Amino acid sequence: MDALEIARWQFGITTVYHFMMVPLTIGLGLVVAVIQTLWYRTGKVEYLRMTKFWGKLFLINFIMGVATGIVQEFQFGMAWSEYSRFVGDVFGAPLALEALLAFFVESTFLGLWIFGWKQLRRGVHLACLWIAVIGSVFSAYFIIVANSWMQHPVGVTMVNGRPVMTDAWAVFTNNTAMVAVPHTLFGALAVAGAFLLGIAWYHLWRRRHDGIDTVGADGRAIAGEADIPGRDKADYKVWINSLRIGAVVAMISFAGTAITGDFQGKLMFEQQPMKMAAAEAACHDGTGFSVLSIGNLGSKNCNDIVAVIEVPGILSFLAKGDFNTEVKGVNSLLDEYKAKYGTHLPNNPLYGDRAGQEIQYVPVMEVTYWGFRMMIGFGGVAALAALLALWVTRKGMVPQSRWIMRLAVFGILAPFGANAAGWIFTEMGRQPFVVAPNPDASGVDQVFMFTAAAVSPGVSAVELITSLVVLASIYAVLLVVEVRLLVKYARGGVVSAMPELAEARYGGKKEKKDDDGGTPGAPGQPGDSDDVLAFAY
Amino acid sequence: MELLPTVWFVAIAVLWTGYLFLEGFDLGVGMLMKLFARNNTDRRVLLNTIGPVWDGNEVWLLTAAGATFAAFPLWYASLFSALYLPLLIVLVALIFRAVAFEYRGKVDSPRWRTVWDWAIALGSFIAAFGIGAALALTTTGLPIDSNGDRQGGPFAWFSGYAVLGGFAVVAFALVHALAFLALKTDGEVRHRARRWFVWLAPLALLPLLAWMVAVQLLSGKPLTWILVILGVLAAAGAWVLARKGAEGKAFGALGAFLVCATASIFGAAFPVVIPSTLNPAFNLTISNASSSAYTLGLMSIVAAVGLPLVIAYQAWTYWVFRRRVSAAHIPAAHGFLPAIGAKVLVGHAAPGGPAAKRAPRDAGE
Repeated sequence: MDALEIARWQFGITTVYHFMMVPLTIGLGLVVAVIQTLWYRTGKVEYLRMTKFWGKLFLINFIMGVATGIVQEFQFGMAWSEYSRFVGDVFGAPLALEALLAFFVESTFLGLWIFGWKQLRRGVHLACLWIAVIGSVFSAYFIIVANSWMQHPVGVTMVNGRPVMTDAWAVFTNNTAMVAVPHTLFGALAVAGAFLLGIAWYHLWRRRHDGIDTVGADGRAIAGEADIPGRDKADYKVWINSLRIGAVVAMISFAGTAITGDFQGKLMFEQQPMKMAAAEAACHDGTGFSVLSIGNLGSKNCNDIVAVIEVPGILSFLAKGDFNTEVKGVNSLLDEYKAKYGTHLPNNPLYGDRAGQEIQYVPVMEVTYWGFRMMIGFGGVAALAALLALWVTRKGMVPQSRWIMRLAVFGILAPFGANAAGWIFTEMGRQPFVVAPNPDASGVDQVFMFTAAAVSPGVSAVELITSLVVLASIYAVLLVVEVRLLVKYARGGVVSAMPELAEARYGGKKEKKDDDGGTPGAPGQPGDSDDVLAFAY
Repeated sequence: MELLPTVWFVAIAVLWTGYLFLEGFDLGVGMLMKLFARNNTDRRVLLNTIGPVWDGNEVWLLTAAGATFAAFPLWYASLFSALYLPLLIVLVALIFRAVAFEYRGKVDSPRWRTVWDWAIALGSFIAAFGIGAALALTTTGLPIDSNGDRQGGPFAWFSGYAVLGGFAVVAFALVHALAFLALKTDGEVRHRARRWFVWLAPLALLPLLAWMVAVQLLSGKPLTWILVILGVLAAAGAWVLARKGAEGKAFGALGAFLVCATASIFGAAFPVVIPSTLNPAFNLTISNASSSAYTLGLMSIVAAVGLPLVIAYQAWTYWVFRRRVSAAHIPAAHGFLPAIGAKVLVGHAAPGGPAAKRAPRDAGE
């Protein structure tokens, strides 16, 4: 592998990994903020417990997003210095603004929320969480503005071979970003929805399995109480509420991703027709949507791909909104791209060994074809499962089956898969460009960059392979640690996030207690004068 | 010199100053987890002094890097790619350190805590050293060619200045953290921190002073020499004030020393952002490395509104958590987990059951 290949693998691995933490952070943050608002408004104990429990899992995950996010910002300069030089005038601004306007807000106010349970009045404390969560949404916005400029460069002119920003409004309201932002946010909520649903299902199942809750003659749940900390009737409400919130969030967010995804698809057929043709593995012009295509998707020449099942008209509908317009296939697009952007990479030293090579305009079709279908498939399955779950639990109880419980728990992974597949599809579908050309004839059609020219010329393949191995190994270890902690705290239930419940039960009068031992409805008021912090560490 | 690139050079110097001032003490506190804390309670006192703020402090680093990307893309690209392996190590250190803060208390086991304590201490040390080295190199020179790319292989960046800058930030962070602990804690930790500060400061501030002087010798100007002298006075003031027990003022004076240090270093380097050690003609300067006036203007407007806001709400955070932390405040247990998997007897207490045995664990070491 040469430096370019390694750098691409590294960017792909670190980004997909980072984007496992990010959607859970954004989605769960919004959900916890809503739940804490419910507690603030109603004072009901189950909402406090939900806030604490889901808040704990939120934080275990949040920190991984923070830690892996720094890598993202640094590696543009480290591994992609030529890219950074080329796009810096326009691409650097959203990154800087993300740090200045969003990430500062997110991390500072989250610190206040974690440690401020006692210092701050209840309303102020809640406001801190909302501000942090809104910060994370803005953070997503700025990053997607940056990414969308790579998908569809706008608001620039070329000066001395580099794009220079001339219209910030165009950059920050890029129509690509305007549909990608809600699509991504709904995708994040889908992750949170399945997360709540799966874990709440487990706890309801556990309570029933342990004989705490029973089912009456009419099939309705009868919440019980066990003499174990936190396993009382309020605990039942925690889980049934969480399950229902999770299921509803999962369904709404699937509808949201479908609608925004349709807009996005139609834009992409205009902005990056090759990406969409490759998503279909559609070699020839046509109207049919492929349900199953077989053959060698990886072959670049398109001849050995056979669409086994094809639904006529659907592709046209996805692309143009009617059933008749022919959508261009890979073969005719290939000629257009060659005519417009050349058949071989320039003989420029910046391209290193790759100078003069033939340009492969067709993305890796196994990835685009299956990535596109996995995104939709995983998302759809999760939404369908959420609908079923709501129906099955309409009388307030989950089935006794251990297998269905396991299915619900592993279902948590489906929206993660959809998110990852969607990003892999859209990023690999953009190849061979790192900045895809904007086909609008608005004076910016010469603003594009081949990925082959973007990698750092001064960085050796040895350095890149070192960092790839180091980062991938660390990420693997930390993933194990994070998942084990999440499992441990999720299984532990509310008490794992509110040890005060257990201390009250066992009368564990040890030393100074940091919480309100046994009056779970009450915290949030500035307490006794010895309380300095709500100690999280 | 053009106005906007100058403004952004100053802005980036300000961001680095903010970073070194704020994360300086939390990096130092991280190192003190192994050097200073004597037991788990001490360590938790230390952690909780920086708990609510360290993440916000670290964003200054991200903002400094992001602002460099936006305002001087060629500076960002050349510096980060030239220092590929050292920055990789810094990233690894920052990853482990961040995760360690959050995960240390999540499992109730001495071995688990020890692992993460080392992650915090070593992570803080390596991050401080690496960032000091990178800043020293961007102010003293890197072997970059006409395109801004490093020549001479993965370790060609190495110079004595890198070591000096690394030690300068590490040692500064240590005494800065001691001054911070004297200000933020109470009881034995507070007094010990002050004693350590008085012993260590005269020695530990020398590397930073040496870096300041080294940059003056390379490219100093009369004004920046004056800043060096002011810095020495501020450092001496901090030491005298700490001896007298004026913890707040000592911390402030140390901050003034840091401001003089970064101002004298960046001021001396100005207008060069990376001197090329191969050929002065390849120097990256604020003119040939900067973004367009349009981008810089846009960024200036946003920063003029955003940065004061950041300073205001971060200051509010410090005010909210202004009370001193002491060992007496630290609650006994965390990482407390009940045995939910145990079989439950509905409606009965389960005094002999496995749940009752496993649940009330104590976290004390």
